Amino acid sequence: GKNEYDLLVVGGGSGGLACAKEAAQFGRKVAVVDYVEPSPQGTSWGLGGTCVNVGCIPKKLMHQAALLGSALKDAQHYGWSISQPVHHTWSVMAQGVQNYVKSLNWGHRVQLQEKKVKYFNIRGSFSDPHTVRGVTKAGKETVVTADNIVIATGGRPKYPAHVAGALEHGITSDDLFWLKESPGKTLTPFVFNVSLECAGFLTGIGLDTTVMMRSVPLRGFDQASHISKKNHICFTTQQQMASLVTEHMESYGTKFLKRCFPTKVEKLKSNRLQVTWKNADLDREETDSFDTVMWAVGRAPDTKTLNLEAIGVKTNSETGKIIVDASEATSVPHIYAVGDITEGRPELTPTAIAAGKLLAQRLFGQSSELMDYDNVPTTVFTPLEYGCVGLSEEAAVQRHGSDNIEVYHAYYKPLEFTVAERDATQCYMKMVCLRGREQRILGLHFIGPNAGEVIQGFALGIKCGATYPQMMKTVGIHPTCAEEVTKLHITKRSGLDATVTGC
Amino acid sequence: SVQAHKEEDNPQKTMEVNGLTPVPGSYDYDLIVIGGGSGGLAAAKEAAKYEKKVMVLDFVKPTPQGSSWGLGGTCVNVGCIPKKLMHQAALLGQALEDSRKFGWQFTEEVKHNWMTMTESVQNYIGSLNWGYRVALRDTKVTYENAYGEFVGPHTIKATNKKGIEKLYTAERFIIATGERPRYLGIPGDKEYCISSDDLFSLPYCPGKTLVVGASYVALECAGFLAGLGLDVTVMVRSILLRGFDQDMANRIGEYMKEHGVNFIRQFVPIKVERIEEGTPGVLKVTAKSTAGDQIIEGEYNTVLLAIGRDPCTRKIGLDKIGVNINEKTGKIPVSDEEQTNVPYIYAIGDILQDKLELTPVAIQAGRLLVRRLYAGATTKCDYVNVPTTVFTPLEYGACGYSEETAVEKFGQENIEVYHSHFWPLEWTVPARDNNKCYAKIICNIQDNERVIGFHVLGPNAGEITQGFAAAMKCGLTKEQLDCTIGIHPVCAEV
Repeated sequence: GKNEYDLLVVGGGSGGLACAKEAAQFGRKVAVVDYVEPSPQGTSWGLGGTCVNVGCIPKKLMHQAALLGSALKDAQHYGWSISQPVHHTWSVMAQGVQNYVKSLNWGHRVQLQEKKVKYFNIRGSFSDPHTVRGVTKAGKETVVTADNIVIATGGRPKYPAHVAGALEHGITSDDLFWLKESPGKTLTPFVFNVSLECAGFLTGIGLDTTVMMRSVPLRGFDQASHISKKNHICFTTQQQMASLVTEHMESYGTKFLKRCFPTKVEKLKSNRLQVTWKNADLDREETDSFDTVMWAVGRAPDTKTLNLEAIGVKTNSETGKIIVDASEATSVPHIYAVGDITEGRPELTPTAIAAGKLLAQRLFGQSSELMDYDNVPTTVFTPLEYGCVGLSEEAAVQRHGSDNIEVYHAYYKPLEFTVAERDATQCYMKMVCLRGREQRILGLHFIGPNAGEVIQGFALGIKCGATYPQMMKTVGIHPTCAEEVTKLHITKRSGLDATVTGC
Repeated sequence: SVQAHKEEDNPQKTMEVNGLTPVPGSYDYDLIVIGGGSGGLAAAKEAAKYEKKVMVLDFVKPTPQGSSWGLGGTCVNVGCIPKKLMHQAALLGQALEDSRKFGWQFTEEVKHNWMTMTESVQNYIGSLNWGYRVALRDTKVTYENAYGEFVGPHTIKATNKKGIEKLYTAERFIIATGERPRYLGIPGDKEYCISSDDLFSLPYCPGKTLVVGASYVALECAGFLAGLGLDVTVMVRSILLRGFDQDMANRIGEYMKEHGVNFIRQFVPIKVERIEEGTPGVLKVTAKSTAGDQIIEGEYNTVLLAIGRDPCTRKIGLDKIGVNINEKTGKIPVSDEEQTNVPYIYAIGDILQDKLELTPVAIQAGRLLVRRLYAGATTKCDYVNVPTTVFTPLEYGACGYSEETAVEKFGQENIEVYHSHFWPLEWTVPARDNNKCYAKIICNIQDNERVIGFHVLGPNAGEITQGFAAAMKCGLTKEQLDCTIGIHPVCAEV
């Protein structure tokens, strides 16, 4: 038609690039516009979006650096002699990570070129429903028109409202991974999985780290009854998995300020930061100084500069996210959206990629397959990792009633922890099943090393409608942590001790 | 005839053993388990749950080098457990190297102390031995550290370390005696060589080691010894990992070669001599080519034989009560309910013919068997799609068919193999191999592209494979695999 491109993708992140590359496979004329508005601290990055630049990738690499710190300690129990003291240099790690990320930026640009996808590094905004306009860094105005448009601009970290000095003096995950020098003594308020993961690896590389918690550690994740080894049962709401993760972090060295929220951040003459907060339990104001304050209070969809209202794309009034239907279509017929920007979807790279690909296949490949958002597995990469798939205990109880679900659980000890003399108190797993003849598995939760590797295959099983009897028929691989899943047999209901003993 | 007195309920009861022995009317035990390993202990503990009177006999004949161990069988003492711990020690050595790239700083020189590691490992094993003895006591299973052999119907003779013999009778028996490493049958093998039975408690560093064999035992041991910094050579008669997917086996071998393990292919040792005493000393190995007349010699501190394992079935009196064994292999053929040709005698674990030699299989078989015997259950052990992992330096997890067997069974045109190399994220920064990790699935086109084989080569292969095995149990198809979202960033998402 009169539009220059068949498909224009706004946002070169996980979802956007996957969609663009898939569409190009069908021989379509595709363009991608990507732009990174520098953070308030001035940090910016290349093509690839959040995951590659300031998300999953650098996070997991720094998590690995921290895990290697533990490995160094373990190694001595296994006979390796290393001279003390051992210390960590931030800049060596940061450079390694940043170099790898840059290679990914480069890789993406090469791939777009190879697939003949046109790439514009401009901050685009809609001037009409088929047109996106933007200005390049060099100041040249560029206009791109397309029959179909996919918005995949993702999100950016929020700053807390009502905290004086938050914006001027604090950083976010957008900045953390690009710091050239160590963040030093760090405070990270509040608590979403991002701040727990970051606090986890910062502690692991030897930094003095404090997490400030207003209330619930991992909102949205499993929050079933808090089960210590002594009291069992009870389905009232408190955190279980979340508290096991934070309990481990506490024993690992991360400090927690619970039921506190910051009121102001000031810069001291020494360039350090003075933070003042309200301690809700003691009902008083407290203060301390830090080198870095890293905010992790959630992410906001990046739609401000798009000019969505002008072209009629509807967003959720509370979250600001774009409202889409099951086929990722927005309120404007030829405009779609995928990834973190969409309302009601998990904020995960693999779902964005899958949704983006399927969308391209529906638009240009005669497919009608819709994205299935059920049973998406995920992992939080805290020092002791937490992987899960399916329903949390609460959601299962809510949906089916506590009489209709059975929860099997176990505390286990990874073999590698034995010689290393590591504490396995929080290594735990539970399987939420329907009662009745079939005993279908509704959810699986695992806390321990390599949680992501463990959960992935089981996610497949749940996709296939796995039942408890099928799980019990599966022979374990010995010795691994994952095999304990196939041996789960103590129920929460029974109140019996769920500690795994011997093999 | 010999008269034997028993201490328990019937102190006056005596029994004739030789000649025509009448089968006793009431037995000392409901069940006697011969062999206190993975399968035997699982079966015994399960039977005790149903309030049966159970006895376990376990005895370890010392190795030619004099090594012995406590209750728990191969897995706990000289198998899975110490193997994985030493593998972990080797992995930690690699982690030390990686950690420098992640910003950790310490001296260039890093050394490994064999004794520190071995002591820690042995201490842990000791705690497991102890744990088992306590568990048996708590479940009121009678345990005797004695060598059991059949002397007549329903009757077993137990000989302890001091040579004292006792007779016991039982209504039923489970044979779970497992296996021991095979020797080559060449001059010097028993005198100078060690096996996996000795390695994990070796009271000195093995030094420059020759590993003879190409089994997973050979490759796993060679792998971790090299990882600890030792000079290791593997002498292989023909192929690696017979019975496993050969494409994967070769990849494992390649990786080991690139990481410092030497391979001598198509040779077998014909003589081992000691040229220097010591712990370790120096051994001279003479080997002959299998493809010609070439003879080579080499000097090593230690020679580790890992050429296979033989079932402990030849000297337990099976002939006296008519239990059939495969004369060539020594393995016991059983029905799909683990019953031998003698109705009241069952067998589980490594000694079974045509079954997998794995701890979890033995445990599963033992438990299900006992439930069928005493709890009215009917479930049989499912030997299909049993997952396994080889803990070589690059770990290999597998479930289901190898590519060769799939082609053989279904025909090349009826299977589809999907595969991919992958680069674990954790290997990027330290610049480790970027095209070695590999995964493939084999699908049956005619059966809805059902996944019939799963293979993965990479870190934490065992953790990855377990869940896939569960999914395969549920009849996983390629389509279901495709629409399952990956966890990012992990290896398993590939």
